[in-house]
Amino acid sequence: MSADLTPLANRPSIDDHLTMHRRMAITRGIEQELGALHKAGRTRGPIHRCDGQEAVGVGATAVLTADDYVTTTHRGHAVYIGKGLDPRKVVAEILGRETGYNGGRAGHMLLGSAAHGMLGGNAIVGASIPAAAGMALSVQLRRQDRVAVAVFGDGAAQTGICHESMNLAALWRLPVVFLLENNEYGLTVPYTAQSAVRDLHVRAAGYDMPGVQIDGNDVVAVHQAVAAAVQRARRGEGPSLIEARTYRMEGFSTSDVGGYQSEADLARWRARDPLTVSRAALVESVGADRVEAVEAEAAEIVAAAFAAALADPPPRFAPHPASAPYATPGPVRGAARGAALGAA
Amino acid sequence: MPVIRYAEALNAALYQALSEDPRVFVLGEDIAQYGGVFKVTKGLRDAFGDRVRDTPISEQTLTAMAVTAAMTGTRPVLEIMYADFMPLTLDALVNQASVYGYLWGDQVELPFVLRTQGGGGLGTGAQHAKSLDSFVAHIPGLKVVAPVTPADARGLLLAAIQDPAPVVVLEHKLLYNTRGEVPDGGAPVEIGRARVARPGRDVSLIATSRMVLEAEAAADRLAESGIEAEVIDLRTLRPLDVAAITASVAKTHHAVVINEDWGFCGYAAELSATIMDHAFDDLDAPVERVATRDMPIPYAQPLEDAVIPNAARIVHAALRALA
Repeated sequence: MSADLTPLANRPSIDDHLTMHRRMAITRGIEQELGALHKAGRTRGPIHRCDGQEAVGVGATAVLTADDYVTTTHRGHAVYIGKGLDPRKVVAEILGRETGYNGGRAGHMLLGSAAHGMLGGNAIVGASIPAAAGMALSVQLRRQDRVAVAVFGDGAAQTGICHESMNLAALWRLPVVFLLENNEYGLTVPYTAQSAVRDLHVRAAGYDMPGVQIDGNDVVAVHQAVAAAVQRARRGEGPSLIEARTYRMEGFSTSDVGGYQSEADLARWRARDPLTVSRAALVESVGADRVEAVEAEAAEIVAAAFAAALADPPPRFAPHPASAPYATPGPVRGAARGAALGAA
Repeated sequence: MPVIRYAEALNAALYQALSEDPRVFVLGEDIAQYGGVFKVTKGLRDAFGDRVRDTPISEQTLTAMAVTAAMTGTRPVLEIMYADFMPLTLDALVNQASVYGYLWGDQVELPFVLRTQGGGGLGTGAQHAKSLDSFVAHIPGLKVVAPVTPADARGLLLAAIQDPAPVVVLEHKLLYNTRGEVPDGGAPVEIGRARVARPGRDVSLIATSRMVLEAEAAADRLAESGIEAEVIDLRTLRPLDVAAITASVAKTHHAVVINEDWGFCGYAAELSATIMDHAFDDLDAPVERVATRDMPIPYAQPLEDAVIPNAARIVHAALRALA
């Protein structure tokens, strides 16, 4: 996977597109395998799959360098893989293994890797927005040439912190890109029942920043739009809002019993699956053999990641001294009582 | 040693931190051009430019931004004008700032300071007079300090800014104009160490923030009856200096805990339980708890006076403990 750590140029070349295609295929493979393991009772907790949305996270992060920051949602697997994290350590974290990026402490929603600037998944809806704005403030104060990208959903777009963050970022011209991944659903409620405006990107006008709507299932379109916004941010001209229209194909989480998405909508979006769209464009330019080789490589990476992670040991519990409530131990008897209460 | 006001001591700590470390910056409402509604940040904007920033009224987002700014190489000091506004910051504290040190291990540091001030006594009413100490002291992964003297205000704020973990600094609106000696040299005061404000052998008055001053006044009155009260100024609410508490209780065998937060599920309740856990055998009487009455803080002075703890209530509690 070392090739995946190489930053891509802003405008995707064919090689860049192939890299993004491979990352999307890896992400899809991870989601499908997680779905199968969940059915087999081998995963823990609900898992929020991003099937059908891979182009957003992968296309956006392909623009970034290792020094750039990205924050994402509870549905962030495409961002993890897109930002160049090792699929084996991502899968290990999702499966709660010692070998995961965070030793099984974080899980699939809160995964973070400082070395990749991926800080990180965030499961409080909306919290990824000020998180990226704060990183952009840090960049501005230190006069660095970095940007931060906030990936957030249509549900997060209805929060108060979304408004506060966009106002502050525009006011201070922070080098941040607001990437609104509109998958049409906040848990079970469609965004049209949550938002007073149907086109969310129009809200950019209220912050005097550019706002565009793009096809979030076209990884090239995502790449190009994010590249333009990143360039603007690097020039010191401040934030942008990109609304990437996409669709959530596999329910809110593996616990979702469904029944609220129409078959017609699902069929319409399935026909526009981001891997299908990407594959069609690539077959035209490089031929089917090359695309199939990339997809086979992705499948091997996924299979190896799961084989390794499933064999990895679970973590062992250790107390966290930095969280301890007492600065000093009490007398012997007191210390024993404290330990019994979980205070040690 | 120079005698300065509490607000000036905090200002000196901020000035020193901004001077010594280019990663430090200060943000909050009305703090830059105006110098803060309590004048703690006076003059800093002129000295340090846009490292001292006025902000929109966006506490929730500013706190969240300060957390990730800290995570990525800066040392933000955020002023939240009233402790009553801390509920707006709580997601960033309880779901963000306090968790990453554990989840992401040694990948990130979070040198983030949130300064705020609480407490009654100025007729500021139910939305501007509370002490929500337990809201923040409850959270694993945060440190919480509450200086009462100008020397500790300077030293603990400096220590908070230098600390690699998130620290909440609880100030008190009635302390800003109090005066005290502050040592030259600008050394930090260690977080997690209580102070014996007044030694005594008969009863321990264990207090936080401005309640230390009420406890000292109570100790004066108790002395008139021949009772020697020991006053412990906790200084740090979390991590708690339990050894200082148990040492005092082992000597006096009687304890009164005093805190300006509400009583029910409040910080005083935690102190009481801590003494039960660690010093039960030393007690000759049940721990007495003095806290703000469990109701909204009223506006009119006689009403507010009836709700906020004071020296008279502490004296009564001490006499109950000694009865």
